Amino acid sequence: MVVRFWGTRGSIPVAMTAAQVQRKLVAALTRAAGRPLDTPQKIREFVERELDFPVSHTFGGNSSCVQIDGGGREYLLCDLGSGVRVFGNHVQAAHGPSGHTFHVLMSHPHWDHVMGFPFFMPAYTEGNRIRIYGCHPRLSEVFRRQNAAPFFPVEYTRMSATIEFVQLEPERDYEINGARVRAKLQRHGGDSYGYRIEQHGKVVVYSTDSEHKQDDPAEVMGFVEFFKTADLVIFDSQYSLADAISIKEDWGHSSNVVGVELCQLARAKRLCLYHHEPIFDDERIAALLDETRRLEEITRADHRVEVTAAWDGLEIAL
Amino acid sequence: MDLVQKRIAGTIVLSPSGRIDHATAEEFKASLAPHVARCAAGQDRLVLDFTAIEYISSAGLRVLMLAAKQAKAQGGALAVAALQPIVREIFEISRFTLVMKVFTTLDEALAG
Repeated sequence: MVVRFWGTRGSIPVAMTAAQVQRKLVAALTRAAGRPLDTPQKIREFVERELDFPVSHTFGGNSSCVQIDGGGREYLLCDLGSGVRVFGNHVQAAHGPSGHTFHVLMSHPHWDHVMGFPFFMPAYTEGNRIRIYGCHPRLSEVFRRQNAAPFFPVEYTRMSATIEFVQLEPERDYEINGARVRAKLQRHGGDSYGYRIEQHGKVVVYSTDSEHKQDDPAEVMGFVEFFKTADLVIFDSQYSLADAISIKEDWGHSSNVVGVELCQLARAKRLCLYHHEPIFDDERIAALLDETRRLEEITRADHRVEVTAAWDGLEIAL
Repeated sequence: MDLVQKRIAGTIVLSPSGRIDHATAEEFKASLAPHVARCAAGQDRLVLDFTAIEYISSAGLRVLMLAAKQAKAQGGALAVAALQPIVREIFEISRFTLVMKVFTTLDEALAG
């Protein structure tokens, strides 16, 4: 199984500013000063091996969209944030415009999780099939209203693909695109749902837009069970713990601290920080990742959780 | 959870010990509650001496946050002091050092 991240930013897409690009260039050229980097090959190797991630890369700015690739011909996605625009273009460029089937698990219909769909080119191509699954009632209305005046110039009816909506119930197992899928209700305005996806002996949990108050042991243990021994937990870590339980309480998001604790309790193998705060630049997210790794280290008992941070373009092979 | 209590010059000092985690946070909250209820304008300040605290989880930090909010609403003052290095790191990573009064030593807390 391969997990591909097409959109990892929380709440709203962001783009790097010119000042941020310049800061990366200055940092890279400063590191390169005095070195015999006289060929593109040498420069590429220098960039890949010697520059820190926030200098050589960016975490990216597209909103939520993750692909779970179990190896079949059809596609399984989580959410339709702006990252799905890039995914759709990639699929059509690599494999042709039509004949594709996409299965999409929707966490919830908030704007940043649906906004990519009007720009998902396969939806406008006859011969494609899109099945959108979710626990919220009337999901189809969300997508019909989004692709309509006054929000968008192209009506939903102009989408030529076959689009189907499938109502799911939480806490039930479903077989979707060869994977066993179970949804769980999460604390978020208007509700959100996490998904535990199992295929070929591997387990991925997609748990975004989920606030954890940590004041109800039964609720905590419910998430521990949901994350239990997962190979990868994709976790909403948008806020600091202090913010999440003070000024941003009830805003519906969680923290790196709670992610580490739940993964430790669940003995999950890997925690992936996700739904990054839109005001954070690359340096800030990289620092957050370092801190989270340190937290995991100093609070570890007998089980190590590998900690990583998602970025647009990241692939994790399980 | 046993909170050893001392009164030093207008300050109530509580000294919890051990781990404040998912298993003990509720007990910590219950032990702390009567002290927080009295932490009000014109009353003694409240200082939690964390010298003997080995670990605090998000559930424990949440108890502290609620206690600090209640004390503030009552016009009282609540602070934490003498964090062990690991607990200090947990406070910093969770950004609690930005939202709570945290003193390096108990003496500083008493002077503050």
